[in-house]
Amino acid sequence: MTVRERIFHIVNYLMFGIITLICAYPFYYMIINTISANDLSANGFINFLPKGFHLENYKQVLGLRGLSAAAVVSIARTILGTACTVFASAYLGFLFTQEKMWHRKFWYRFFVITMYFNAGLIPMFITMKTLHLTNSFWVYVIPTIIQPFYIILVKTYIESIPKSLQEAAEIDGAGILTVFARIILPAAQPIMATVAIFAAVTQWNSFQDTLIYVTDQRLYSLQYLLYTYINQASSLAAMVRSGGTGAISGAVLASRQTPSSIRMTVSVIVVLPILFIYPIFQRFFVKGIMIGSIKG
Amino acid sequence: MKSLSAGKTPRSTVQSRRLFYCILPFIILCFLFSYFPLYGWIYAFFDYKPPLKLSQCEFVGWKWFKTLFANKTQIGQMIQVMKNTFAMSLLGIATSILPMGFAVFLNEIQCRWFKNLVQTLTTLPNFISWVLVYSVAFCLFTDSGMVNNFLLGHGMIQAPVKFLDSDTHTYLWMTMWNLWKGLGWGAIMYLAAIAGIDPELYDAARVDGANRFQLMKRITVPCLLPTFFVLLMLSIANFLNNGMDQYYVFQNSFNKTHIQVLDLYVYNVGMTGSSLSLATAISMLKSLVSVTLLLTVNFVSKKTRGEAII
Repeated sequence: MTVRERIFHIVNYLMFGIITLICAYPFYYMIINTISANDLSANGFINFLPKGFHLENYKQVLGLRGLSAAAVVSIARTILGTACTVFASAYLGFLFTQEKMWHRKFWYRFFVITMYFNAGLIPMFITMKTLHLTNSFWVYVIPTIIQPFYIILVKTYIESIPKSLQEAAEIDGAGILTVFARIILPAAQPIMATVAIFAAVTQWNSFQDTLIYVTDQRLYSLQYLLYTYINQASSLAAMVRSGGTGAISGAVLASRQTPSSIRMTVSVIVVLPILFIYPIFQRFFVKGIMIGSIKG
Repeated sequence: MKSLSAGKTPRSTVQSRRLFYCILPFIILCFLFSYFPLYGWIYAFFDYKPPLKLSQCEFVGWKWFKTLFANKTQIGQMIQVMKNTFAMSLLGIATSILPMGFAVFLNEIQCRWFKNLVQTLTTLPNFISWVLVYSVAFCLFTDSGMVNNFLLGHGMIQAPVKFLDSDTHTYLWMTMWNLWKGLGWGAIMYLAAIAGIDPELYDAARVDGANRFQLMKRITVPCLLPTFFVLLMLSIANFLNNGMDQYYVFQNSFNKTHIQVLDLYVYNVGMTGSSLSLATAISMLKSLVSVTLLLTVNFVSKKTRGEAII
């Protein structure tokens, strides 16, 4: 190794070390601050190691009214929405590989082209209202079922499975749905795992749909609730207002703990599921992206 | 399936119809949420006042489109919004080279566990929502946040710097958060492309005496350029679609002038401002321009690379 190469390596490792720290440290910072003594934390003494360990913040925050309801909404939409999206993507992705389908190309384009336009905010809102989906839990699930990008991913994957498998099953008298359930579903599991993790993360993180379509506080998602908490603690006016309605007791609590401890604790609770699930599934979506990029 | 004449025999017609019926429910679903809303564009030609039905509202023709350019303040506002949209998109495109660089340099790291660690931790921010990114920003950059505490503690500043509640360098801040969230994830696509490069290319170059830097410059980077151009064209096609989440969560009364991109402007006019019809008119114009852009880029791509992007 030449001197130049050695210097390059050292600089390279250092650069990536720094970038990684910048990406990871904020999460670490939030976690250690939520389990440290609140007065130390409020004065900025907790930067590297937790001090004065306690779990009081979590006990208080988990007791917040609204939080458990929002958690139920978020979990329910994530499970239901992901299941529907994965099923629909697999089903449509498979059927679009069937060359015999009546005007297959046309219908495939009919789906795919929707990735590239949208009617806009107000027409969408009016549509949801017409369909009685505003202020309904189903607004989180039904409009998200069809995702053209996932359909493309699954279709590309299924095309790589040997056709002879299906032909053999059909000779044995299997119908199209039997082929789908018995042969395609088991064979397409890697790509379905990819789609599942994408869909689940999107569902869990979604915030705009609550903002636009939902005013009923019982249907707030965790992300939206977090947003209201952040703003509550940051502006006094919002605090007074929400204290008046009494529906979200975050403001009351914020005066006992510190506003920033509440904010951070809720943030950590919202981000924890992703922190746990994500490294386990990482290898799946790296594979999934590769499949996608081979096509593109 | 082999020949067209076979498609006309009754049995395969039945089968092809049956396949179609299998997807029919999903076609309806797709129609409902993607095509049916387009009908809402006619609201742009009425003076729509929500509790009333559309039939009870006045038909105003092109009024809203004209209002957009009617007076100086309105024109000024539109120009500011377009400036913001262009600035954010251009900065986004300018920084789109970074994920490629990230992948190229990460590929040079031999140590397996370090590489995996970097990849895992840098893609993590992509999987949290903008609300959480804002929450992180708040924890670090607010008056009593970590950065201010640090700077105060070391006597570098006298009073807390207002990072979030100010309008200084808004474009740069937004681009930075975008990078923080997307850099590692954006690199995955390129890492996948690098994995697909034929190793023989490297071996042959090494035999010819190429060093590490020459390998990067002459093999890795050229092999990644096609991927880069596809993504570049897609981002040009999406020039007007900055999305709204990021700007919505970061917006406040201080930075509103510079953070309001087109998508956010539509929201602010439609949902919190006065006129649903005006907002519809703006988003309609935006969609038309976007589709035109997409088709143009697609055409250019076909001509220059011989490959369409859609």
